[in-house]
Amino acid sequence: MLNSKIGYKLTFGVVLTVLCAIAIFAVFNIQSERKSLLTEVERHAYQLSEAVKSDTEYDMLRNDRDRIHESIRRIGKQESIDRVRVFNKSGEIIYSSDSAEIGKMVDKNAESCYRCHLAGKPLEHLETPERTRIFRPLPDSSRLLGIINPIYNSQTCWSAACHAHPEEQTVLGVLDVTIPLTEVDRNIRRSQVAVMILAVSTILILSLIVGFMVRWWIDRPVQELLTGMRHVAGGNLAYRVEVKREDELGLLARSFNNMTENLAQARLQLFQSDKLASLGRLAAGVAHEINNPLTAVLTYSSYLLKRSGGQAETRDDLNVIVSETIRCREIVKSLLDFARQTVPKKRQADINEIIGRAVTVIENQLSLGRIELVMDLDTALPKVTVDANQIQQVFINLMVNALDAIGEDSGTIKVSSKAISVRPTGTLQIKRALCPKRHDLVDTKVQIDGKPAIGMRFRKNEDTGLIYLNPLYGSHEHRLNDMPALEEGVELLCPECARSLIAEGEICPKCGAPIYAFEVPLKGIVQGCLRDGCGWHSWEQVDSTWNDEFVEVRVEDNGCGIPKTQIPKLFEPFATTKGQKGTGLGLAVTWGIVDNHNGTISVESEVGVGTSFIIRIPVKS
Amino acid sequence: MKTIRDILVIDDELTVTRAVVKVCSAEGMSVAAADTATEALRFLEDSKFRLVLCDIMMNELDGFQFLEELDRRGIQTPVVMMTGYSTVENAVKSLTATGTVDYIAKPFTADELLTVVRRSLRCALLLDEAESAGLPRHNANNAMSYVPCPANYYRLGYVSWVLLEDEGTARIGVSDLFLKAAEGIREFELSLPGEDLVQGIPCAVATSVDGSMHAIICPMDGKILEVNADAQSNPSLVEKDPYFRGWLYRILPPNPENNLQWLSL
Repeated sequence: MLNSKIGYKLTFGVVLTVLCAIAIFAVFNIQSERKSLLTEVERHAYQLSEAVKSDTEYDMLRNDRDRIHESIRRIGKQESIDRVRVFNKSGEIIYSSDSAEIGKMVDKNAESCYRCHLAGKPLEHLETPERTRIFRPLPDSSRLLGIINPIYNSQTCWSAACHAHPEEQTVLGVLDVTIPLTEVDRNIRRSQVAVMILAVSTILILSLIVGFMVRWWIDRPVQELLTGMRHVAGGNLAYRVEVKREDELGLLARSFNNMTENLAQARLQLFQSDKLASLGRLAAGVAHEINNPLTAVLTYSSYLLKRSGGQAETRDDLNVIVSETIRCREIVKSLLDFARQTVPKKRQADINEIIGRAVTVIENQLSLGRIELVMDLDTALPKVTVDANQIQQVFINLMVNALDAIGEDSGTIKVSSKAISVRPTGTLQIKRALCPKRHDLVDTKVQIDGKPAIGMRFRKNEDTGLIYLNPLYGSHEHRLNDMPALEEGVELLCPECARSLIAEGEICPKCGAPIYAFEVPLKGIVQGCLRDGCGWHSWEQVDSTWNDEFVEVRVEDNGCGIPKTQIPKLFEPFATTKGQKGTGLGLAVTWGIVDNHNGTISVESEVGVGTSFIIRIPVKS
Repeated sequence: MKTIRDILVIDDELTVTRAVVKVCSAEGMSVAAADTATEALRFLEDSKFRLVLCDIMMNELDGFQFLEELDRRGIQTPVVMMTGYSTVENAVKSLTATGTVDYIAKPFTADELLTVVRRSLRCALLLDEAESAGLPRHNANNAMSYVPCPANYYRLGYVSWVLLEDEGTARIGVSDLFLKAAEGIREFELSLPGEDLVQGIPCAVATSVDGSMHAIICPMDGKILEVNADAQSNPSLVEKDPYFRGWLYRILPPNPENNLQWLSL
């Protein structure tokens, strides 16, 4: 598993680093502790040997050997002392706590002597650290620390009653005290064990903490993303990963969601174009099948007409057959044209002409007598740059819908066109609005006039709640229950991250009130005044490039109308109200085409009165 | 010696072949009918035909495969393509494929059929004459050719031509072979400036002295900038000088490269 691998690697790396640090720390710590303990023991041994020296000095001066023997034996019996001995200049042991040793010679190369005698001649002065030595008498015995203390000649010595030492002798002998290091060694071992325990427990606790953090911050979000990916890979494009955090993985989840959404839209479009392509194949097949029998009808009837001679009545009848068959031919041709709009080709075109062609396609459905088609076309209409076939399909769709709305009754369809001039205000729909942290404020769950509204959180003193702005640019309409006056002292926040949406340091140029601001991706910043009734707004990128010339086409019917509740869903794919009769794609395709031409489509409807679809297409694309 | 007949019609729809046989025989032409391309090939082995009328969408061999087969067998009988699937693509392909002379969309009236058949028969005759005078029968695009256009003129089959001008505009006219085959144009019915023309769709109708109406298929997409008033007022000018003073329209083509792939120099 990918995630556990990352988790394990990360934990292992951290633990290894800590392990190295603790090991280095432990080595230094134990070494310095050992050093300080030994220094302490050395000091203690030196003091001890000085104490022995002064304790026996008087007896030495008196040369009372029995008393000296006794003193040394007594001292040597102490538990903290291993052995005390004194040897003379020539290395003979003259006193010792171990009486068996007395009289023996000390090997000058033995560890107690080599310090002074290494150079081959007796030394006279030694520093304390050089006088000590640590050794093991036997390989399996505990360590011992020995300290030698030279007994220097002094006036009291050579002038003493015994006259034992001549005056020119410098060192009279050496006092050698040996103490066991058992206790010290035990202490050192204990602290080694303590450091080991500390290291192991630190590592254990640390790996637990790191493992937990990895699991919480990396493992879980990655796992959630993986689940999402599996869902999407399995075809569930409606799956959304929950975005709970703002770190990189949160961004990843967010962009994953965006990607899925785009994918879903692309798939829907693909599905729609697939459906159109099938329709095209169907139309081609139908054209081929119908044209063959029509050929026979047309050839025979025109042939008969040619040879019918002077009989006026027969000629008239044959003329009807010929002209009606030619009409059939034109219908099939329109069907083929209608099916052929695969590659959009935008050209300058006359909307009225396109309306005329659309009418030809559905003319036969109108000519049954019960439906009256009223055309009110503005002859001075400017040309627009459009894909004529696609726009023709839009009008066909709308007129077929109007026919279906009228149903079995008689009714009127009115198609009108005119040139209009509109400001972006109230025309342009804001489809995405981003907070400073790039959360989309557009909330598809709340709609105003069938369009997803822009949601913001307000806060004034203790009051807080959500307000929804109409996504139509500059419409100044909001939807909410109770809202405080939107003026000074009100905070507007992103509902998701609570970032302020108030433009800091900027005020409304009209009334001086604070203004809100959000970003429309790729289309710049939208700003608006907070004061109720002021109505100031700005969208620089749009305001400066907006073309205000539009061609407006209305397709009106006096049919059954659309219930208010269905209007928001009208342009969604597969939202058919016709049951088995419709594919549910007509208005979705219509919307797509109009949107593709940077146009807008809106609907006004009242149940039982009728429906109007209003299409606006910019003159300059 | 093979017998020579006028027309061989091929269509898998019996009603279509019957109708064609009826209309053409009534005009004194000898007509044979085949309901598959394979059967038609047998006919062509046994007897000689002046013209073949062939449907495009057929089982087994379709119309274009039939043309390839004719080319492989060295049969030079000119072919008029017919189709009920009258798309722009089929029209243009039918006018430019090897061995074709003309194209007619189904359904057609008796007059429309006869106009195309007569024009094509005369065209075949003219091609034969040109061949016996030592001219190649096919042009670079393998379409039937008669007298080559001036250099730089692109042709749509033997019907129409287009000349790209330096200003990005283009001039459109009718080819001499078409005019000769139509025999004496009495009147040209032209579109108006501002209208859009589409390659493969008729852009003008030429009425000949006998009253037949010949649709001139447009060689290139574009909006009409100018209509040659001289051609309209004096149709004989077009016949005398079809490539220069007898042009029909000056157009503004939005995408000439797309159209040029079907045309031959």
